[in-house]
Amino acid sequence: MRINNKLSKHEYQKLIDEKAPGSHILKNIFAAFITGGAICSVGQIVMLIFEQFGADKETIASSTSIIMIFLGAFLTGINIYDNIAKFGGAGASVPITGFSNSIVSPAMEFKKEGYVMGVGAKMFLIAGPVLVYGIFASVVAGFAYFIWKQVM
Amino acid sequence: MVDILKAFLLGGCICVIGQLLVDLTKLTPARIMVIFVVAGVVLGLFGLYQPLVEWGGAGASVPLTGFGNVLAKGVIKEIEESGLLGVFTGGIKAAAAGITAAVTFGYIIAIASKPKIKS
Repeated sequence: MRINNKLSKHEYQKLIDEKAPGSHILKNIFAAFITGGAICSVGQIVMLIFEQFGADKETIASSTSIIMIFLGAFLTGINIYDNIAKFGGAGASVPITGFSNSIVSPAMEFKKEGYVMGVGAKMFLIAGPVLVYGIFASVVAGFAYFIWKQVM
Repeated sequence: MVDILKAFLLGGCICVIGQLLVDLTKLTPARIMVIFVVAGVVLGLFGLYQPLVEWGGAGASVPLTGFGNVLAKGVIKEIEESGLLGVFTGGIKAAAAGITAAVTFGYIIAIASKPKIKS
């Protein structure tokens, strides 16, 4: 395959994009749907198990989050979640398991920089912004709700 | 069984929205996650997310929008109970289990496991 060697990486990518832009996106969407759906199904199964024990709604919700977060972290630790993410894209990063993946993955990678500035700090490389904007949004929402309540 | 199917469908659809954002706007996964949590807070504030949770169960609560919804619901509940202070306490209180689990398990597992050698 001599002819392929003459194309630079950039040209090759351009060629691919020209040939199949639609099918590329379609494949990604399908993978995200399957992956995200499967992860949420696991969550639902966990919920149903807790329901069997007769837990109340809030306990079920919190316990399910804890289990899902553990699963995401565990699968990242044994180097499986990154493969799921490679296949599923947003289907793997949008669920809460992706949130714990985003904590464990950089923490593992930067372990050599030490336990404080390596693991401790890099854990929040992505989770930090998520918490900052999530919590800030909840405070803004809370203020809006509080004011709305006074006025109404 | 029906519950699991519903969770699959709804969870899949929410993730497809994320994938569309990735493919069409070239946003990084980190930004997608931030957008989803904030979107969950906004939808939760207006009570628009809870119907999805009622219908799809884990399909709505497992995605990060569900985490945002929990934050918003917690803030509203706490404001009802303790007034203005609830603005500052409600969110984290409701999300405490998730945040603490993420920090604890994340730390232990990161310490205990070895990163894959990149080829």
